[in-house]
Amino acid sequence: MSTDFLLDSRAMAGRQLRRARRNPGLIAVTQAMPLMLLLFFGYVFGSTVALPGGADYRTYIVPGLFAVTAAGGLVTGMLTAAADSRRGVLERLRSLPMSRTAVPLGQACADVLLTAVGLVPLLAVGYAVGWRIEAGAAFALAAAGLLLLLRFTTAWIGFHLGMAVGSEEAAGQLASTTFVLQLLSNAYVPAAGLPGWLRTVVEWNPLSAYTTATRELFGSAVPGLDDAAGAAWPMTHPVAASLLWSAVLLAVFVPLAVRRYARTTAR
Amino acid sequence: MDTTYAVLSERIEKRFGDIHALRGLDLAVPRGTVCGVLGPNGAGKTTAVRVLTTLLEPDAGHARVAGRDVVREAAEVRRVIGVTGQRTSLDEDLSGRENLRLFAALRRLRGGAGRARADEALGEFGLEDAADRPVRTYSGGMRRRLDLAACLLARPEVLFLDEPSTGLDPAARGRVWETIRKAAAEGTTVLLTTQYLEEADQLADDIVLIDHGRAAHTGTPAELKARIGSYAEVVVADRAALAGAAVVLGPLTGAEPVLDESRLAVGAVAADPALTLPRIVRELDAAGVPVVDAALRPPTLDEVFLALTDREPAV
Repeated sequence: MSTDFLLDSRAMAGRQLRRARRNPGLIAVTQAMPLMLLLFFGYVFGSTVALPGGADYRTYIVPGLFAVTAAGGLVTGMLTAAADSRRGVLERLRSLPMSRTAVPLGQACADVLLTAVGLVPLLAVGYAVGWRIEAGAAFALAAAGLLLLLRFTTAWIGFHLGMAVGSEEAAGQLASTTFVLQLLSNAYVPAAGLPGWLRTVVEWNPLSAYTTATRELFGSAVPGLDDAAGAAWPMTHPVAASLLWSAVLLAVFVPLAVRRYARTTAR
Repeated sequence: MDTTYAVLSERIEKRFGDIHALRGLDLAVPRGTVCGVLGPNGAGKTTAVRVLTTLLEPDAGHARVAGRDVVREAAEVRRVIGVTGQRTSLDEDLSGRENLRLFAALRRLRGGAGRARADEALGEFGLEDAADRPVRTYSGGMRRRLDLAACLLARPEVLFLDEPSTGLDPAARGRVWETIRKAAAEGTTVLLTTQYLEEADQLADDIVLIDHGRAAHTGTPAELKARIGSYAEVVVADRAALAGAAVVLGPLTGAEPVLDESRLAVGAVAADPALTLPRIVRELDAAGVPVVDAALRPPTLDEVFLALTDREPAV
C-alpha cells in the first residue's frame, strides 16, 4: 500500500513536470514576474525610499522577492486545481484505484522541484543588482530549504482553494487578490515605520515571517530594521515563526485538500 | 458474492438540494452484456453513473458492481471498473502517449509493462500518428478514442460510458461503437448512457428507459420497439383542419393524438402493427381533412418518451 502511494505520487508529480516541459512559456512568464517586481520596486521606489542606517533598499527587497516567488505556490496550485477540477480530470482520477493523497502531494512536490530550479536564475539576478549571500553555505542552504517549504505549504493551500472555486476564471480573480498579501508584508517595505495597527497586521502576516527568516538566513538582514523595537514575536524569531506557520497551515490544509478532493465532483 | 449481475442497484436515491435526481433506481445488468441506459437530459443518467462508479454516495439504497458494494467497498470497485464521463477528461497539455502512460502507471502497470501497454493501446485505437501531439490538438473523435483507450488499459470487468458518442460526427461515432463492441466481445460488461435510441439499438442487449430518476421501462430493443409501435404523423393544410385530423387519428391508432400547432401536425403512437399509411390517408381523405404530408415511421426518442412517460422530454 505504501509503495503504491509513493508510486502514485511520483506519477502525479511526473505529470506536472511533463506539463511544465510542454509549456516553457508559462514558466518564463512566472519567472519574469519577480524580476519585474524587482525592477519596479528596486529602481522606482528604491530611489526614494531611505532605509535607516543607509542600508541599500535593493539588497533589502531581494530576499523579499524570493519569499514572494515561493509563496506563488498559492496561485500555481489554485490555477492547476481549478483547471483540473473544471475539466473533469480530478473526477477521472478519483475513479481510479489510486491514493487520494497522491494527487495533491504529487502536484505540490512537482511545484517544489520546479521552484528549486527557478531559484537559480533568481539568485543570479539578485547578485546582478548587488545583493550578496553574507552567511555560510549551511545557512544559505537552510534559506533555500525554508523557501521550498513555503512553496510546499502554499501549494497545498492553493490546491484546496482551486478546488473550492472550481473554475479558472474565479481562480484567476482570487489569484490577483493575493497581491494584497504581498503588499501587507514586509517584503517591500519595513514594518517598523507603519501606523500601529497596520504594523501589527504586517508583522503577523505569515509572508513577513518567511521574508524576515530568508533575510536572516542569507545574512542580509539589516540589524534593527525588521526586528526594530516593539516588533512582534514572529519578527524577532522569524525562523521559528516560519516553521510554526508551515506546521499549522499544513496541519489544516493537507486534510482539507485531501477531503475536498475525495468528495469533489465536476460540474 | 453474486456473480450473475455485473451491476445491481436497488432503490438508489440521490438528492441535490431541491432536485431529486434519483428516486429509487433499480438496475440489473447481467455479466458480459451491454446495457443501454436511455433518457433525456435531466433524467438522472449521469447521477446514476456517478453513484455506480463510486464518485457520489447515494442517499439511500444499495448498489453492487462486480459483486462489490459501491460505498463500503469503493476501493475494490474502482479496481475493476473503467469510466469515461460526458466530457473527455484527459490532460490537454500532454500527448496521447503521455496520457496513456500516466493512466497505465496509476493502474499499477508500472515501468516497461505500462509503456508497452500504452503503445499497444495507441495502435489498437488508431492513434499512432497523433501519439506524440498534445491532446489539445485532437479532434472530438480522437479524444473520445483516447479516453476509451485509457479506460481499457487494464481490461476492466465493467465499463461505464456516459454518453460516449455525444458531439461526434457519424464516422467518429461508428469507430467508437466498434470499440465498445470489441470490449463487449472480449467479455467486458458495458453500461452506457445515451440520448439516442439508435445508439442503444446498435449496441445494447438490454435497454433501461429512465425518467424522473427511476427505471420506467426495461427490455431488449425489440421488446421496447414493439411496445411503442410506430408513430403516425400527418401535416394538414390549415389550423382549422387540426381538430378534424385528431378525431380521425385517435380511433385509428388507439392513442391520444398530440397536436403541434406551429407545424400544423397531428401525431400519435400506433400500437397496432397492421395499421398502414394508405389506410390513414384514405380515412383522413374520407373525412375531408386536407392532408399535406403523412408518415408512419419508427418513433423518435422524444416520442418514445411522450408515449411511455407522459411527460415532455426535458431535452
